Amino acid sequence: MSSQEEEATQEGQSDSDVDYDYLESLVSEHVTGRESHVNAEAFRIDAYSVQDVLSTLKEEAGFDHLSVVTAQEYEDRFESIYHLKKFDDPTQELSIVVPTPREEPVHQSAAPVFTTADWHEREAYDLVGIEYEGHPDLRRILLPETWQGHPLRLDYNQDKPQIVTFEQHENPLEESLRDMENEGDRDTMFLNVGPHHPATHGVLHVKTVLDGEQIADLDPDIGYLHRCEEQMCQNGTYRHQIMPYPDRWDYAPSGLANEWSYARAIEDLEGIEVPEYAQVIRTMGAEMTRIASHMLAVATFGLDIIGDFSAVFMYAMRDREIVQDLLEDLTGQRMMFNYFRVGGVVWDLPEPRDVYFDNIRDFLEDLPERIDEYHSLLTQNELFQMRTVDTGYISPEAAKDYGTTGPVLRASGVDYDLRRDDPYGYYDKLDWDVRTREEGDNLARLLVRMDEVEESAKIIEQCVDLLEDWPEDDREIQANVPRSLKPEPGAEIYRSVEAPKGELGIYMRSDGTDKPARFKIRGPSFNNLHALERMSEGELIPDLIATLGSLDIILAEVDR
Amino acid sequence: MTSNTPRDDIVESADPITDTQDARIGEGPDPRFNSKLREAFGSSPFVLTKLDQFMNWARGNSMFMLQFGIACCSIEMMHTYSVKHDLDRFHAGVPRASPRQADVMIVPGTIVSKFAPRMKRVYDQMPEPKFVVNMGNCSTSGGPFQGGYNVVKGAEEIIPVDIHVPGCPPRPEALVYGIAKLQERIANGESSPVTVKPYELEEFGDLERDEIVEKLSEDIDEESLVMRYNWADAP
Repeated sequence: MSSQEEEATQEGQSDSDVDYDYLESLVSEHVTGRESHVNAEAFRIDAYSVQDVLSTLKEEAGFDHLSVVTAQEYEDRFESIYHLKKFDDPTQELSIVVPTPREEPVHQSAAPVFTTADWHEREAYDLVGIEYEGHPDLRRILLPETWQGHPLRLDYNQDKPQIVTFEQHENPLEESLRDMENEGDRDTMFLNVGPHHPATHGVLHVKTVLDGEQIADLDPDIGYLHRCEEQMCQNGTYRHQIMPYPDRWDYAPSGLANEWSYARAIEDLEGIEVPEYAQVIRTMGAEMTRIASHMLAVATFGLDIIGDFSAVFMYAMRDREIVQDLLEDLTGQRMMFNYFRVGGVVWDLPEPRDVYFDNIRDFLEDLPERIDEYHSLLTQNELFQMRTVDTGYISPEAAKDYGTTGPVLRASGVDYDLRRDDPYGYYDKLDWDVRTREEGDNLARLLVRMDEVEESAKIIEQCVDLLEDWPEDDREIQANVPRSLKPEPGAEIYRSVEAPKGELGIYMRSDGTDKPARFKIRGPSFNNLHALERMSEGELIPDLIATLGSLDIILAEVDR
Repeated sequence: MTSNTPRDDIVESADPITDTQDARIGEGPDPRFNSKLREAFGSSPFVLTKLDQFMNWARGNSMFMLQFGIACCSIEMMHTYSVKHDLDRFHAGVPRASPRQADVMIVPGTIVSKFAPRMKRVYDQMPEPKFVVNMGNCSTSGGPFQGGYNVVKGAEEIIPVDIHVPGCPPRPEALVYGIAKLQERIANGESSPVTVKPYELEEFGDLERDEIVEKLSEDIDEESLVMRYNWADAP
């Protein structure tokens, strides 16, 4: 961290409100206007000063986290919004709005300043059709190359026929290697990993170019599960029709944490106060899903490294079944919970309550022993260590630059957790820690997850204690919410929560109707997967499989 | 005592231990062997049947499943293979990573335009006879995403399906039931007919020259395989 940044951070910490006038003065020559979003102020800037503005804000004001890039179309213009935050204090937010005319939606790319903008801008180009000048590799990311039109545009005709090619993939390095022929013969092999492959955790296609066993080039090809989640949410009403979809973003299942991201956004947008009792239930449920999600991560990581359906997989699945049973008792479903409602939860804890609490306590009591089991099976296994220690390394700076969050970031030693830094729910009233590791390799990412399971258990235990003693006449599970929600026209908000995979954010813009005009999801796996190219640079092909496993991606969240 | 010193205290048993065996078997033949079959056919039973019936019976009871995950349903599919539900108990639990070793494909999740041709190829690589279990609402009809611009409205747009298991996602028990039903059908010699057109991938040059083909003709080689989605006419 540079001294300037440090200064700015200290300034920020002493005064939790962001001094937007000061920020505006830093970049005043480029600012053409100012907007107020519900979460933060936004500066409108001209189309060709994106890099200037963002690098100034990054270096001089400490806004080093580009959460997400949202692109959208209005009747009269196109617009990209860069949502900026600080890793040190995510409550300090700032949005940079770049409007472009309808006829020519082109503006400067932010990719040279924030590497994470690379993929975000490709997505914006793909779905909305804004072009980014100076982008290193502007092509479609989610939809097939031959797709006609940009589906999130207002005039997109969804019934138009489409043709998708099915060709052999070409070696992306072939051309540059032909030039190098005189410098000695480097033989490379092009290898497709996926989209149907047991180690890709779903339908991911990784185009790899191998030089011997070493990775010379790597390009994750995503979009095999792009099921139009943003459009689906834009077609649903705020009150009831959107809530089922979050369960299907990260189906590991971290469904409750996903639902919370939407609930938090709409509740803040509408100013709905959630009853404290419901907040405790939410916190408890979300932590259960975190355990379930991390168990799956451990299970599949063991599967990737040790082999097919081996002991670790079965052990972790056994424990997941227990958590899933608890969640099923709570919500009524095994995976697609649909338990949160705007302003609360759908129903109270299952009856008889004391049996339910006993079940949770039993699970928590057994958990330390089980975690020891994983340690003796996995992390103390010498072969396992050989494959995970010092492989897939990513430095804290690079991890920040790629916008990774969650266990991936914390394993690189960056202490960033929205549950503590931007508190929501009941987290700030409970006693728990954010666990980090310094090593930044595959093993560290696994260990962070296992540590987090312990912390989640602590949180659940405290929630159970609270719920047990909650007075019976004060068990309010739902705030008073109107039947149909119609936020102010033009209101915009970006809100995020700490899902098991990392920062899960929702951007919503209202047009005064009961459906959002734009619904943008920031899936943490999207950014985490982007960092794969940095982690695998020059590594061996088996390490790529290990690294991919350690990222714990969920393809539905990558592709949305 | 080191190992190169011969030991005298180990001698061949002069008295083979048969006590426990005898005790276990008891008087007469083991009742566990007295099956209905043995009752009907005597002590050395033989069965006369048609070879194809026998093959169907064998096929139904030794299913090799393709290890194939798409979306949410695949998590429940993993649970079905794992402890507690353990699909193996139903003679159907050998997940194979390669389509060439598998004869049942469970389609667990949403199929989108980009993935459909790949799934078709994986299906084509499976040896005959092959069977498909559709898991969940997405692969039946597009499920909750049916209205999306990119979602194929069911696996049957791409490959023939034998059994649909509804649910979002179906519980492991439901999948077990679906597979048991498939086994029953296979053992009875039933399966859905293999349909060729219009599911096949086509060569780009063979497509009708409409507006979109004209537009893409510069970018696409005539001989490359393509899949055409007619979203308007999709169910």
